[in-house]
Amino acid sequence: MFKIVVLVKAVPDPKRASEIKIDPRTKTLTRADVPLVMNQLDKHAMEAALELKTQVGGEITAISMGPPPAAAILKECLAMGADHGVLLSDRAFGGADAYATAYTLAKGVEKIGSADLILCGMASSDGSTEWVGPELSVFLDLPVVTGVKEIAGSSEQWWQVKAHIDNGYRELKVKLPAVMAVTRELNTPRNISFSGIIKARKKEITIWDFDALGVPKSSLGLAGSPTIISDLRVSESKREVEMIEGTREEKAEILVQKLADAGLF
Amino acid sequence: MIDFTFTEEQDLFRKAAREFSETKVVPKIGEMEESGQVNMDVVKALGEAEMMAITIPEEYGGLGLGYSARLIALEEIAKDSCAVAMMLQVFALGNEPIIKFGSDEQKKKYLPGLASGERLATVGVTEPTGGSDPSGGRTVYKKDGDDYIINGRKCFITNSHIADTITVLAKDDENPKAFSTFIVEKGMAGFKPSHEEHKIGMRGCNTGELTFENCRVPKENLLGVEGKGMRVAMSAIGDVGRGGMVGCSLGVLNACLEEALKFANERILYGKPIIKLPAIQDKIAEMKLDLEIGRLLGYRAAALQDQGVRCDTEFAMAKFHTAESAQKAAKMTADIHGGYGCMNEFAITRYLRDAFVLGPSAGTSDIMRIIIARSAM
Repeated sequence: MFKIVVLVKAVPDPKRASEIKIDPRTKTLTRADVPLVMNQLDKHAMEAALELKTQVGGEITAISMGPPPAAAILKECLAMGADHGVLLSDRAFGGADAYATAYTLAKGVEKIGSADLILCGMASSDGSTEWVGPELSVFLDLPVVTGVKEIAGSSEQWWQVKAHIDNGYRELKVKLPAVMAVTRELNTPRNISFSGIIKARKKEITIWDFDALGVPKSSLGLAGSPTIISDLRVSESKREVEMIEGTREEKAEILVQKLADAGLF
Repeated sequence: MIDFTFTEEQDLFRKAAREFSETKVVPKIGEMEESGQVNMDVVKALGEAEMMAITIPEEYGGLGLGYSARLIALEEIAKDSCAVAMMLQVFALGNEPIIKFGSDEQKKKYLPGLASGERLATVGVTEPTGGSDPSGGRTVYKKDGDDYIINGRKCFITNSHIADTITVLAKDDENPKAFSTFIVEKGMAGFKPSHEEHKIGMRGCNTGELTFENCRVPKENLLGVEGKGMRVAMSAIGDVGRGGMVGCSLGVLNACLEEALKFANERILYGKPIIKLPAIQDKIAEMKLDLEIGRLLGYRAAALQDQGVRCDTEFAMAKFHTAESAQKAAKMTADIHGGYGCMNEFAITRYLRDAFVLGPSAGTSDIMRIIIARSAM
């Protein structure tokens, strides 16, 4: 059976970004005041998994690492059509950087068993490191393709994908099992449906804690994180308004000159 | 123990309705406002998203999720488009008498199509003589062999011109105290949607008249027992109709609050956002309080309805409070906008017009007061 694992992350709702504050001491985001939602790019990964399941069959397991409320996004995955949900949740996992997160998720994927394809969003809307997918592939010793914008087809174990690069894309063949980090160009995620929610009633979310993973504490969470955020600041942007005077023609000429001077064309 | 929290599943229903509304309804609001016409892409999307199936039992192709789930869906959709929520709420009004009083054959014949959105429903009770006292209606039926012949006119019927299945209340031609309810189908000889209204608000939701001129209805289309049709029709108008209006009103109220907050945070006066002014905060507090009270009243009534407990007074209170509060909130939000509150580019002008229509729909506030007072007396 073709097995797909999708990595999903609960992030503070980007629509309420203005309410997200930075803890000046820990340099982390204070998430308590903002509801958690599924990272948007991970929805594209879920959609890709669902479309592939329709084409080639198999089963989908959605996995996330986070506090207990993160189970809500796994329930959402189940309502979208995933077959299983796994939440890695333990205080020992807290404070993890991308490296420790990827390591913990890799251990979770190993515990799930064999996976033919591991999909994740290219980046999360809060951390935005784009490291978790590639680092996870290293821990699992699997090939990785980042920036996936199209899964063009497959023959045997070789899958053809198009992956985004600056000013273009590259066509690749990748041998499964593999990790793919996807972009928003890949698809349009489906809305969750009421009947999908009803079907999810019968699907379980498995919770694995530190003991279940059976790995040294020193490799998890803050203790297992080789990077720390030394500073984090809210960027401030200012807009300057300048009124252009003159006739319509004069104003147009001045505007064109100003845009040219600014290097905008 | 009283639990005032939504379940995890209900939170997901809300999320599903929000996603639906943002992706399928919001992009069509401009077109609906401009044309005033029903957008059939939205109707199709409502069917595909199973929105018409929420209260229809599973054995007849529905989801059997009940009235709290319906209220959640309506509130979320109405927050973006009260017109679409109104259309959806009235589909359920057309379905409800069949669910409650239909024979197994009638349920099998009509409900699967109504659940999928392949067929659209409405209910025809209101007449020029009024809607809150349907006994004054002048639409009549008489028996003719195995058929019934209906003559009369219904007005202010939501979905009048798009409905395929209409449950119609009529009075016995020979006994003014006996009412019966019939399932009338689009295309039946003698039946036609006639005048189409142009409402002040809820543009994109169709309202109009139904005309019956010797409309022949077979006996298989009698809903419930002949002569006991008032109960059948009121099963739709009462709790389901008022429950639907609570959803529409909560949506408008919530939209007003969000729009007021957004504008008040952006509008600078005396060197700071006007949200800092006590006069503005008073309005925000009032809207927030009204929204929370409305939700408590509305969801309590819907929870009782789900349990099969009588809840007419509860819905009357919820409908009264939420419709009045939505109208008040629209006025306050327009005031916060100042001159911009008069410009059609700003959503608040739509909320103002939509809120106006909330008042009389499914019974005016005065009628709600009568129901509430009767329960207290």
